[in-house]
Amino acid sequence: MTGRTTEAWRPSELELGRRAFRRRQTTKSVLVGAASTLVLAVLLWVSVINTPGWAQVQVTFFDPATAIEAFPRVWAGFLVNLQVLAFAVVAVAVLASLLAFVRTLRGPVWFPLRALAAAYTDLFRGLPLIIVLYLIGFGIPGLQGPTGVRIPAVLLGTVAIVLTYSAYVSEVIRAGIEAVHPSQRLAARSLGLSHGATMRLVVLPQAARKVSPALMNDFVAMQKDVGLISVVGIVDAVRAAQIETAATFNFTPYVVAGVLFVLLALPMIRLTDWLSARMLRREQQGGIV
Amino acid sequence: MSDAPVLRIEGVRKHFGDREVLRGIDLEVHAHEVVALIGASGSGKSTLLRTVNLLERVDDGRIRLSDLDVTDPRVDADAVRARIGVVFQHYNLFPHRTVLDNVTIGLRRVHRVPKREAIERGTALLARIGLAEHANEYPDRLSGGQQQRAAIVRAIASGPELLLLDEITSALDPELVGDVLELVRELKDDGATILMATHEMSFAREVADRVVFLDDGTVCESGTPGEVFDAPRQERTRRFLERVRGR
Repeated sequence: MTGRTTEAWRPSELELGRRAFRRRQTTKSVLVGAASTLVLAVLLWVSVINTPGWAQVQVTFFDPATAIEAFPRVWAGFLVNLQVLAFAVVAVAVLASLLAFVRTLRGPVWFPLRALAAAYTDLFRGLPLIIVLYLIGFGIPGLQGPTGVRIPAVLLGTVAIVLTYSAYVSEVIRAGIEAVHPSQRLAARSLGLSHGATMRLVVLPQAARKVSPALMNDFVAMQKDVGLISVVGIVDAVRAAQIETAATFNFTPYVVAGVLFVLLALPMIRLTDWLSARMLRREQQGGIV
Repeated sequence: MSDAPVLRIEGVRKHFGDREVLRGIDLEVHAHEVVALIGASGSGKSTLLRTVNLLERVDDGRIRLSDLDVTDPRVDADAVRARIGVVFQHYNLFPHRTVLDNVTIGLRRVHRVPKREAIERGTALLARIGLAEHANEYPDRLSGGQQQRAAIVRAIASGPELLLLDEITSALDPELVGDVLELVRELKDDGATILMATHEMSFAREVADRVVFLDDGTVCESGTPGEVFDAPRQERTRRFLERVRGR
Protein backbone atom coordinates (compact mmCIF):
# COMPACT_ATOMS: atom_id res chain seq x y z
CA MET A 1 0.00 0.00 0.00
CA THR A 2 2.99 2.29 0.25
CA GLY A 3 6.07 3.21 -1.67
CA ARG A 4 4.35 2.45 -4.92
CA THR A 5 5.46 4.34 -7.98
CA THR A 6 3.52 2.50 -10.63
CA GLU A 7 2.83 5.42 -12.94
CA ALA A 8 5.89 7.65 -13.15
CA TRP A 9 4.75 11.01 -11.84
CA ARG A 10 5.95 14.14 -13.53
CA PRO A 11 5.37 17.46 -11.80
CA SER A 12 2.72 19.51 -13.59
CA GLU A 13 3.33 22.96 -15.07
CA LEU A 14 1.56 24.39 -12.02
CA GLU A 15 3.94 22.66 -9.60
CA LEU A 16 6.99 23.56 -11.69
CA GLY A 17 5.86 27.18 -11.62
CA ARG A 18 5.52 27.07 -7.82
CA ARG A 19 8.97 25.52 -7.48
CA ALA A 20 10.50 28.17 -9.72
CA PHE A 21 8.82 30.85 -7.61
CA ARG A 22 10.14 29.31 -4.38
CA ARG A 23 13.63 29.09 -5.86
CA ARG A 24 13.50 32.76 -6.75
CA GLN A 25 12.28 33.54 -3.25
CA THR A 26 15.16 31.55 -1.75
CA THR A 27 17.69 33.34 -3.94
CA LYS A 28 16.18 36.65 -2.95
CA SER A 29 16.33 35.79 0.77
CA VAL A 30 19.97 34.73 0.48
CA LEU A 31 20.89 37.95 -1.32
CA VAL A 32 19.01 40.11 1.18
CA GLY A 33 20.70 38.24 4.04
CA ALA A 34 24.14 38.66 2.52
CA ALA A 35 23.58 42.35 1.82
CA SER A 36 22.32 43.15 5.32
CA THR A 37 25.20 41.21 6.88
CA LEU A 38 27.69 43.12 4.76
CA VAL A 39 26.15 46.48 5.67
CA LEU A 40 26.21 45.64 9.37
CA ALA A 41 29.80 44.40 9.22
CA VAL A 42 30.99 47.53 7.42
CA LEU A 43 29.12 49.77 9.87
CA LEU A 44 30.67 47.99 12.85
CA TRP A 45 34.11 48.05 11.32
CA VAL A 46 33.96 51.72 10.41
CA SER A 47 32.63 52.72 13.83
CA VAL A 48 35.39 50.75 15.60
CA ILE A 49 38.32 52.02 13.53
CA ASN A 50 37.07 55.57 13.88
CA THR A 51 37.19 55.54 17.66
CA PRO A 52 39.90 57.91 18.90
CA GLY A 53 41.95 55.21 20.63
CA TRP A 54 41.75 52.59 17.89
CA ALA A 55 45.38 52.92 16.75
CA GLN A 56 46.59 52.41 20.32
CA VAL A 57 44.23 49.50 20.99
CA GLN A 58 45.27 47.83 17.76
CA VAL A 59 48.91 47.90 18.80
CA THR A 60 48.21 46.76 22.37
CA PHE A 61 45.71 43.97 21.67
CA PHE A 62 46.19 42.86 18.08
CA ASP A 63 49.92 42.98 17.44
CA PRO A 64 50.94 40.13 15.10
CA ALA A 65 54.59 40.10 16.17
CA THR A 66 53.69 39.77 19.85
CA ALA A 67 51.15 37.07 19.00
CA ILE A 68 53.72 34.98 17.17
CA GLU A 69 56.24 35.39 19.93
CA ALA A 70 53.79 34.49 22.69
CA PHE A 71 52.14 31.61 20.89
CA PRO A 72 54.49 28.74 21.94
CA ARG A 73 54.14 29.51 25.65
CA VAL A 74 50.39 30.09 25.47
CA TRP A 75 50.01 26.87 23.47
CA ALA A 76 52.02 24.92 26.05
CA GLY A 77 49.69 26.30 28.73
CA PHE A 78 46.68 25.45 26.62
CA LEU A 79 47.77 21.80 26.54
CA VAL A 80 47.58 21.82 30.34
CA ASN A 81 44.00 23.10 30.05
CA LEU A 82 43.22 20.27 27.64
CA GLN A 83 44.59 17.66 30.03
CA VAL A 84 42.57 19.06 32.90
CA LEU A 85 39.49 19.09 30.68
CA ALA A 86 39.97 15.47 29.60
CA PHE A 87 40.22 14.21 33.17
CA ALA A 88 37.46 16.47 34.43
CA VAL A 89 34.96 15.33 31.78
CA VAL A 90 35.28 11.69 32.77
CA ALA A 91 35.23 12.43 36.48
CA VAL A 92 32.22 14.73 36.18
CA ALA A 93 30.30 12.13 34.17
CA VAL A 94 30.88 9.48 36.83
CA LEU A 95 30.29 11.65 39.89
CA ALA A 96 27.27 13.44 38.45
CA SER A 97 25.55 10.18 37.42
CA LEU A 98 26.17 8.80 40.86
CA LEU A 99 24.72 11.90 42.54
CA ALA A 100 21.69 11.90 40.25
CA PHE A 101 21.08 8.22 40.89
CA VAL A 102 21.36 8.69 44.66
CA ARG A 103 18.82 11.49 44.52
CA THR A 104 16.30 9.25 42.77
CA LEU A 105 16.56 6.45 45.35
CA ARG A 106 13.24 5.79 47.09
CA GLY A 107 12.64 4.60 50.62
CA PRO A 108 13.52 5.87 54.10
CA VAL A 109 16.70 3.80 54.37
CA TRP A 110 18.33 5.98 51.76
CA PHE A 111 17.38 9.26 53.41
CA PRO A 112 20.89 10.14 54.68
CA LEU A 113 22.42 9.52 51.26
CA ARG A 114 19.68 11.50 49.53
CA ALA A 115 20.10 14.37 51.95
CA LEU A 116 23.87 14.33 51.53
CA ALA A 117 23.57 14.43 47.74
CA ALA A 118 21.03 17.24 47.95
CA ALA A 119 23.25 19.25 50.30
CA TYR A 120 26.20 18.67 48.00
CA THR A 121 24.43 19.99 44.91
CA ASP A 122 23.04 22.94 46.86
CA LEU A 123 26.49 23.84 48.16
CA PHE A 124 28.46 23.52 44.96
CA ARG A 125 25.87 25.12 42.74
CA GLY A 126 25.83 28.06 45.11
CA LEU A 127 29.58 28.49 45.51
CA PRO A 128 31.37 30.52 42.85
CA LEU A 129 33.89 28.30 41.06
CA ILE A 130 36.70 30.71 41.80
CA ILE A 131 36.11 30.40 45.55
CA VAL A 132 36.08 26.60 45.28
CA LEU A 133 39.40 26.85 43.43
CA TYR A 134 40.93 28.96 46.20
CA LEU A 135 39.55 26.75 48.98
CA ILE A 136 40.74 23.50 47.39
CA GLY A 137 43.90 24.86 45.82
CA PHE A 138 45.23 26.50 48.96
CA GLY A 139 43.16 24.83 51.70
CA ILE A 140 44.05 21.20 50.99
CA PRO A 141 47.83 21.81 50.97
CA GLY A 142 47.35 23.82 54.16
CA LEU A 143 45.73 20.85 55.88
CA GLN A 144 48.95 18.86 55.57
CA GLY A 145 51.00 21.31 57.53
CA PRO A 146 54.61 21.96 56.66
CA THR A 147 55.62 18.29 56.34
CA GLY A 148 53.16 16.73 53.89
CA VAL A 149 53.76 15.46 50.39
CA ARG A 150 53.10 18.22 47.87
CA ILE A 151 49.97 17.58 45.85
CA PRO A 152 50.36 19.04 42.35
CA ALA A 153 48.30 22.21 41.88
CA VAL A 154 46.96 20.85 38.57
CA LEU A 155 45.32 17.96 40.41
CA LEU A 156 43.75 20.29 42.97
CA GLY A 157 42.48 22.58 40.24
CA THR A 158 40.95 19.62 38.43
CA VAL A 159 39.27 18.47 41.64
CA ALA A 160 37.73 21.90 42.18
CA ILE A 161 36.30 21.93 38.66
CA VAL A 162 34.97 18.40 39.02
CA LEU A 163 33.30 19.22 42.34
CA THR A 164 31.52 22.26 40.94
CA TYR A 165 30.48 20.86 37.58
CA SER A 166 29.30 17.54 39.02
CA ALA A 167 26.73 19.49 41.01
CA TYR A 168 25.36 21.20 37.88
CA VAL A 169 25.46 18.13 35.68
CA SER A 170 23.83 15.89 38.27
CA GLU A 171 20.88 18.28 38.41
CA VAL A 172 20.58 18.17 34.62
CA ILE A 173 20.62 14.37 34.66
CA ARG A 174 18.07 14.29 37.48
CA ALA A 175 15.78 16.62 35.54
CA GLY A 176 16.09 14.23 32.60
CA ILE A 177 15.21 11.23 34.75
CA GLU A 178 12.16 13.02 36.08
CA ALA A 179 11.12 14.13 32.59
CA VAL A 180 10.68 10.53 31.45
CA HIS A 181 6.95 9.94 31.66
CA PRO A 182 5.91 7.91 34.74
CA SER A 183 4.01 5.51 32.49
CA GLN A 184 7.36 4.27 31.19
CA ARG A 185 8.39 3.35 34.72
CA LEU A 186 5.03 1.69 35.35
CA ALA A 187 5.37 -0.38 32.19
CA ALA A 188 8.90 -1.47 33.11
CA ARG A 189 8.00 -2.37 36.70
CA SER A 190 4.91 -4.27 35.47
CA LEU A 191 7.25 -6.50 33.49
CA GLY A 192 8.99 -7.33 36.76
CA LEU A 193 12.12 -5.24 36.17
CA SER A 194 13.74 -4.02 39.39
CA HIS A 195 14.22 -0.34 40.22
CA GLY A 196 17.84 -0.55 39.09
CA ALA A 197 17.07 -2.42 35.89
CA THR A 198 14.23 -0.02 35.11
CA MET A 199 16.61 2.88 35.51
CA ARG A 200 19.36 1.32 33.44
CA LEU A 201 17.30 -0.15 30.60
CA VAL A 202 14.33 2.18 30.29
CA VAL A 203 14.65 5.48 32.12
CA LEU A 204 18.29 6.54 31.68
CA PRO A 205 18.46 5.95 27.90
CA GLN A 206 15.38 8.13 27.40
CA ALA A 207 16.61 10.70 29.92
CA ALA A 208 19.98 10.96 28.17
CA ARG A 209 18.25 11.77 24.91
CA LYS A 210 16.15 14.46 26.53
CA VAL A 211 19.02 16.23 28.26
CA SER A 212 21.87 15.80 25.81
CA PRO A 213 21.66 19.42 24.57
CA ALA A 214 21.79 20.69 28.17
CA LEU A 215 24.71 18.38 28.96
CA MET A 216 26.63 19.53 25.91
CA ASN A 217 25.99 23.10 26.98
CA ASP A 218 27.52 22.39 30.39
CA PHE A 219 30.46 20.75 28.63
CA VAL A 220 31.06 23.86 26.54
CA ALA A 221 30.90 25.98 29.69
CA MET A 222 33.42 23.71 31.33
CA GLN A 223 35.79 23.95 28.35
CA LYS A 224 36.34 27.59 29.05
CA ASP A 225 36.09 27.46 32.84
CA VAL A 226 39.20 25.25 32.91
CA GLY A 227 40.96 28.56 32.17
CA LEU A 228 40.17 29.59 35.75
CA ILE A 229 42.59 27.06 37.23
CA SER A 230 45.29 29.63 36.63
CA VAL A 231 44.28 31.30 39.91
CA VAL A 232 45.84 28.48 41.95
CA GLY A 233 49.21 29.00 40.32
CA ILE A 234 49.02 26.60 37.40
CA VAL A 235 50.74 27.82 34.26
CA ASP A 236 47.91 27.19 31.84
CA ALA A 237 47.01 29.22 28.75
CA VAL A 238 45.61 32.12 30.78
CA ARG A 239 48.55 32.31 33.19
CA ALA A 240 51.05 31.92 30.31
CA ALA A 241 49.35 34.83 28.56
CA GLN A 242 49.48 36.84 31.77
CA ILE A 243 53.23 36.21 32.11
CA GLU A 244 53.84 37.24 28.50
CA THR A 245 51.73 40.33 28.97
CA ALA A 246 53.63 41.32 32.08
CA ALA A 247 56.90 41.00 30.18
CA THR A 248 55.90 42.99 27.10
CA PHE A 249 53.13 45.31 28.38
CA ASN A 250 51.09 44.10 25.43
CA PHE A 251 47.72 42.36 25.83
CA THR A 252 47.89 40.39 22.59
CA PRO A 253 48.75 37.09 24.38
CA TYR A 254 45.34 37.20 26.09
CA VAL A 255 43.71 37.49 22.70
CA VAL A 256 45.76 34.51 21.51
CA ALA A 257 44.57 32.45 24.49
CA GLY A 258 41.00 33.60 23.92
CA VAL A 259 41.11 32.54 20.28
CA LEU A 260 42.39 29.09 21.29
CA PHE A 261 39.48 28.63 23.73
CA VAL A 262 36.96 29.72 21.12
CA LEU A 263 38.44 27.31 18.57
CA LEU A 264 38.18 24.53 21.14
CA ALA A 265 34.53 25.31 21.86
CA LEU A 266 33.34 25.82 18.29
CA PRO A 267 33.10 22.17 17.17
CA MET A 268 31.20 21.29 20.33
CA ILE A 269 28.82 24.22 19.94
CA ARG A 270 28.10 23.27 16.32
CA LEU A 271 27.62 19.63 17.30
CA THR A 272 25.17 20.66 20.03
CA ASP A 273 23.15 22.77 17.61
CA TRP A 274 23.10 19.98 15.07
CA LEU A 275 21.99 17.39 17.62
CA SER A 276 19.24 19.64 18.98
CA ALA A 277 17.98 20.36 15.49
CA ARG A 278 17.94 16.68 14.67
CA MET A 279 16.00 15.81 17.83
CA LEU A 280 13.54 18.57 17.10
CA ARG A 281 12.96 17.20 13.61
CA ARG A 282 12.48 13.72 14.96
CA GLU A 283 9.97 14.69 17.61
CA GLN A 284 8.15 17.39 15.73
CA GLN A 285 5.01 16.30 13.94
CA GLY A 286 3.96 19.77 12.91
CA GLY A 287 4.79 19.43 9.22
CA ILE A 288 6.12 22.72 7.94
CA VAL A 289 4.92 24.99 10.75
CA MET B 1 -20.90 32.68 -5.32
CA SER B 2 -22.95 29.88 -3.84
CA ASP B 3 -22.00 27.75 -6.85
CA ALA B 4 -18.27 27.91 -6.15
CA PRO B 5 -17.34 25.17 -3.68
CA VAL B 6 -15.89 26.28 -0.35
CA LEU B 7 -13.08 23.81 -0.88
CA ARG B 8 -11.85 22.43 -4.18
CA ILE B 9 -8.97 19.98 -4.21
CA GLU B 10 -7.54 19.26 -7.67
CA GLY B 11 -5.01 16.51 -8.36
CA VAL B 12 -3.23 16.86 -5.04
CA ARG B 13 -0.12 14.77 -4.54
CA LYS B 14 2.08 14.35 -1.50
CA HIS B 15 4.97 12.06 -0.77
CA PHE B 16 7.21 11.60 2.25
CA GLY B 17 10.57 10.35 1.04
CA ASP B 18 9.70 7.78 -1.60
CA ARG B 19 6.38 6.96 0.08
CA GLU B 20 3.51 8.35 -1.96
CA VAL B 21 0.75 9.23 0.47
CA LEU B 22 -1.56 11.16 -1.85
CA ARG B 23 -1.56 10.20 -5.50
CA GLY B 24 -3.78 12.70 -7.21
CA ILE B 25 -6.82 13.57 -5.09
CA ASP B 26 -9.83 15.45 -6.47
CA LEU B 27 -12.48 16.52 -4.02
CA GLU B 28 -15.00 19.32 -3.54
CA VAL B 29 -16.82 20.48 -0.47
CA HIS B 30 -19.73 22.87 -1.00
CA ALA B 31 -21.17 25.36 1.44
CA HIS B 32 -23.12 23.77 4.32
CA GLU B 33 -22.01 20.34 3.20
CA VAL B 34 -20.53 17.65 5.43
CA VAL B 35 -18.07 15.35 3.68
CA ALA B 36 -16.68 12.31 5.47
CA LEU B 37 -13.33 10.83 4.50
CA ILE B 38 -13.14 7.14 5.30
CA GLY B 39 -10.38 4.66 4.69
CA ALA B 40 -7.81 2.49 6.42
CA SER B 41 -5.01 3.90 8.57
CA GLY B 42 -2.35 5.24 6.25
CA SER B 43 -4.77 5.82 3.40
CA GLY B 44 -3.94 9.52 3.46
CA LYS B 45 -6.99 11.00 5.23
CA SER B 46 -5.04 13.00 7.79
CA THR B 47 -2.39 14.08 5.31
CA LEU B 48 -5.10 15.40 3.01
CA LEU B 49 -6.62 17.46 5.83
CA ARG B 50 -3.19 18.80 6.72
CA THR B 51 -2.49 19.90 3.16
CA VAL B 52 -5.77 21.86 3.15
CA ASN B 53 -4.70 23.73 6.27
CA LEU B 54 -1.21 24.24 4.78
CA LEU B 55 0.39 22.22 7.56
CA GLU B 56 1.89 20.14 4.75
CA ARG B 57 2.98 21.51 1.41
CA VAL B 58 1.51 19.70 -1.58
CA ASP B 59 3.91 18.23 -4.13
CA ASP B 60 1.48 18.83 -6.96
CA GLY B 61 -2.07 19.88 -7.64
CA ARG B 62 -4.07 22.80 -6.38
CA ILE B 63 -6.29 23.58 -3.40
CA ARG B 64 -8.80 26.41 -3.55
CA LEU B 65 -10.56 27.89 -0.55
CA SER B 66 -13.54 29.69 -2.08
CA ASP B 67 -11.78 31.76 -4.75
CA LEU B 68 -8.29 31.69 -3.30
CA ASP B 69 -5.62 29.27 -4.50
CA VAL B 70 -4.07 28.46 -1.13
CA THR B 71 -1.27 26.40 -2.67
CA ASP B 72 0.08 29.52 -4.39
CA PRO B 73 3.38 30.28 -2.62
CA ARG B 74 2.50 33.99 -2.59
CA VAL B 75 -0.44 33.31 -0.29
CA ASP B 76 -0.05 34.14 3.42
CA ALA B 77 -0.47 30.76 5.08
CA ASP B 78 -1.48 32.25 8.43
CA ALA B 79 -4.30 34.19 6.80
CA VAL B 80 -5.54 30.98 5.17
CA ARG B 81 -5.35 29.07 8.45
CA ALA B 82 -7.28 31.83 10.20
CA ARG B 83 -10.20 31.08 7.84
CA ILE B 84 -10.21 27.34 8.62
CA GLY B 85 -11.04 25.63 11.91
CA VAL B 86 -9.22 22.40 12.78
CA VAL B 87 -9.93 19.84 15.48
CA PHE B 88 -7.29 17.21 16.17
CA GLN B 89 -7.46 13.64 17.35
CA HIS B 90 -5.70 14.43 20.62
CA TYR B 91 -7.55 17.73 21.27
CA ASN B 92 -4.27 19.71 21.43
CA LEU B 93 -5.66 22.18 23.94
CA PHE B 94 -2.94 24.38 25.42
CA PRO B 95 -2.34 22.88 28.89
CA HIS B 96 -0.95 26.10 30.36
CA ARG B 97 -4.05 28.15 29.60
CA THR B 98 -7.55 27.96 31.02
CA VAL B 99 -10.37 26.50 28.98
CA LEU B 100 -11.75 29.97 28.28
CA ASP B 101 -8.31 31.22 27.23
CA ASN B 102 -8.02 28.28 24.87
CA VAL B 103 -11.31 29.17 23.25
CA THR B 104 -10.60 32.90 22.98
CA ILE B 105 -6.89 32.94 22.07
CA GLY B 106 -7.55 32.89 18.33
CA LEU B 107 -10.24 35.55 18.60
CA ARG B 108 -8.01 37.85 20.59
CA ARG B 109 -4.57 37.28 19.09
CA VAL B 110 -5.44 36.55 15.45
CA HIS B 111 -8.77 38.23 14.83
CA ARG B 112 -8.09 41.11 17.23
CA VAL B 113 -11.47 40.91 18.86
CA PRO B 114 -11.56 43.15 21.97
CA LYS B 115 -11.04 41.27 25.23
CA ARG B 116 -14.51 41.84 26.63
CA GLU B 117 -16.22 40.69 23.46
CA ALA B 118 -13.94 37.68 23.08
CA ILE B 119 -14.71 36.59 26.63
CA GLU B 120 -18.42 37.05 26.01
CA ARG B 121 -18.32 34.93 22.90
CA GLY B 122 -16.08 32.31 24.49
CA THR B 123 -18.32 32.06 27.55
CA ALA B 124 -21.39 31.70 25.37
CA LEU B 125 -19.74 28.89 23.40
CA LEU B 126 -18.69 27.11 26.59
CA ALA B 127 -22.20 27.51 28.00
CA ARG B 128 -23.57 25.93 24.87
CA ILE B 129 -21.51 22.78 25.42
CA GLY B 130 -22.25 22.77 29.16
CA LEU B 131 -18.73 23.75 30.25
CA ALA B 132 -19.48 27.27 31.49
CA GLU B 133 -18.56 26.39 35.08
CA HIS B 134 -15.23 24.96 33.89
CA ALA B 135 -14.26 28.09 31.95
CA ASN B 136 -11.49 29.09 34.34
CA GLU B 137 -10.10 25.64 34.93
CA TYR B 138 -7.18 24.12 33.10
CA PRO B 139 -7.85 21.52 30.38
CA ASP B 140 -6.40 18.60 32.36
CA ARG B 141 -9.30 18.92 34.82
CA LEU B 142 -11.76 17.99 32.06
CA SER B 143 -12.66 14.57 30.74
CA GLY B 144 -11.51 13.62 27.25
CA GLY B 145 -14.97 14.26 25.84
CA GLN B 146 -15.16 17.68 27.50
CA GLN B 147 -11.69 18.56 26.24
CA GLN B 148 -12.59 17.57 22.72
CA ARG B 149 -15.78 19.62 22.81
CA ALA B 150 -13.78 22.57 24.11
CA ALA B 151 -11.35 22.02 21.22
CA ILE B 152 -14.27 22.08 18.79
CA VAL B 153 -15.61 25.38 20.09
CA ARG B 154 -12.06 26.76 20.00
CA ALA B 155 -12.00 25.85 16.30
CA ILE B 156 -15.36 27.46 15.55
CA ALA B 157 -15.00 30.51 17.80
CA SER B 158 -13.92 32.82 14.98
CA GLY B 159 -16.58 31.55 12.59
CA PRO B 160 -14.32 29.78 10.06
CA GLU B 161 -15.73 29.10 6.61
CA LEU B 162 -14.49 25.51 6.72
CA LEU B 163 -14.08 23.07 9.58
CA LEU B 164 -11.61 20.17 9.38
CA LEU B 165 -12.12 17.31 11.84
CA ASP B 166 -9.27 14.81 12.02
CA GLU B 167 -10.56 11.60 13.63
CA ILE B 168 -11.80 13.58 16.57
CA THR B 169 -13.30 10.62 18.43
CA SER B 170 -10.45 8.13 17.98
CA ALA B 171 -8.78 8.93 21.28
CA LEU B 172 -11.99 8.99 23.31
CA ASP B 173 -13.54 6.37 25.55
CA PRO B 174 -16.65 4.92 23.88
CA GLU B 175 -19.08 6.47 26.37
CA LEU B 176 -17.66 9.94 25.66
CA VAL B 177 -17.95 9.72 21.89
CA GLY B 178 -21.68 10.45 21.82
CA ASP B 179 -21.47 13.99 23.21
CA VAL B 180 -18.77 14.96 20.75
CA LEU B 181 -20.67 13.59 17.78
CA GLU B 182 -23.82 15.30 19.01
CA LEU B 183 -21.97 18.61 18.90
CA VAL B 184 -20.82 17.96 15.33
CA ARG B 185 -24.42 17.19 14.40
CA GLU B 186 -25.48 20.54 15.88
CA LEU B 187 -22.81 22.34 13.90
CA LYS B 188 -24.12 20.74 10.74
CA ASP B 189 -27.62 21.90 11.61
CA ASP B 190 -26.21 25.40 12.07
CA GLY B 191 -24.96 25.24 8.51
CA ALA B 192 -21.26 24.55 9.02
CA THR B 193 -19.13 23.30 6.14
CA ILE B 194 -17.21 20.30 7.35
CA LEU B 195 -14.56 17.96 5.96
CA MET B 196 -13.91 15.17 8.43
CA ALA B 197 -11.72 12.09 8.54
CA THR B 198 -13.46 9.47 10.63
CA HIS B 199 -13.52 5.86 11.71
CA GLU B 200 -17.12 6.18 12.92
CA MET B 201 -18.98 4.60 10.02
CA SER B 202 -22.42 4.88 11.58
CA PHE B 203 -21.83 8.55 12.29
CA ALA B 204 -20.56 9.18 8.75
CA ARG B 205 -23.68 7.48 7.42
CA GLU B 206 -25.95 9.55 9.61
CA VAL B 207 -24.39 13.02 9.35
CA ALA B 208 -22.40 13.17 6.12
CA ASP B 209 -23.94 14.43 2.89
CA ARG B 210 -21.19 12.69 0.99
CA VAL B 211 -18.76 9.92 1.85
CA VAL B 212 -15.37 9.65 0.18
CA PHE B 213 -13.46 6.40 0.45
CA LEU B 214 -9.69 6.91 0.20
CA ASP B 215 -7.53 3.94 -0.60
CA ASP B 216 -3.83 3.92 -1.31
CA GLY B 217 -3.69 7.68 -1.76
CA THR B 218 -6.50 7.94 -4.27
CA VAL B 219 -10.25 8.53 -4.12
CA CYS B 220 -11.50 5.00 -4.67
CA GLU B 221 -15.19 5.76 -4.41
CA SER B 222 -17.44 8.62 -3.39
CA GLY B 223 -21.15 9.22 -3.16
CA THR B 224 -24.00 9.62 -0.74
CA PRO B 225 -23.77 7.50 2.40
CA GLY B 226 -26.47 5.28 0.93
CA GLU B 227 -24.49 4.70 -2.25
CA VAL B 228 -21.15 4.05 -0.59
CA PHE B 229 -22.29 2.04 2.42
CA ASP B 230 -25.20 0.10 0.95
CA ALA B 231 -24.17 -0.37 -2.65
CA PRO B 232 -20.41 0.09 -3.02
CA ARG B 233 -19.38 -0.24 -6.64
CA GLN B 234 -15.71 -0.95 -5.96
CA GLU B 235 -14.43 -4.24 -4.66
CA ARG B 236 -11.89 -2.39 -2.48
CA THR B 237 -14.66 -0.40 -0.81
CA ARG B 238 -16.61 -3.60 -0.13
CA ARG B 239 -13.58 -5.23 1.43
CA PHE B 240 -12.90 -2.20 3.63
CA LEU B 241 -16.52 -2.02 4.79
CA GLU B 242 -16.41 -5.74 5.60
CA ARG B 243 -13.47 -5.16 7.88
CA VAL B 244 -14.95 -2.24 9.80
CA ARG B 245 -18.52 -3.53 9.97
CA GLY B 246 -20.17 -2.91 13.28
CA ARG B 247 -18.54 0.45 13.88
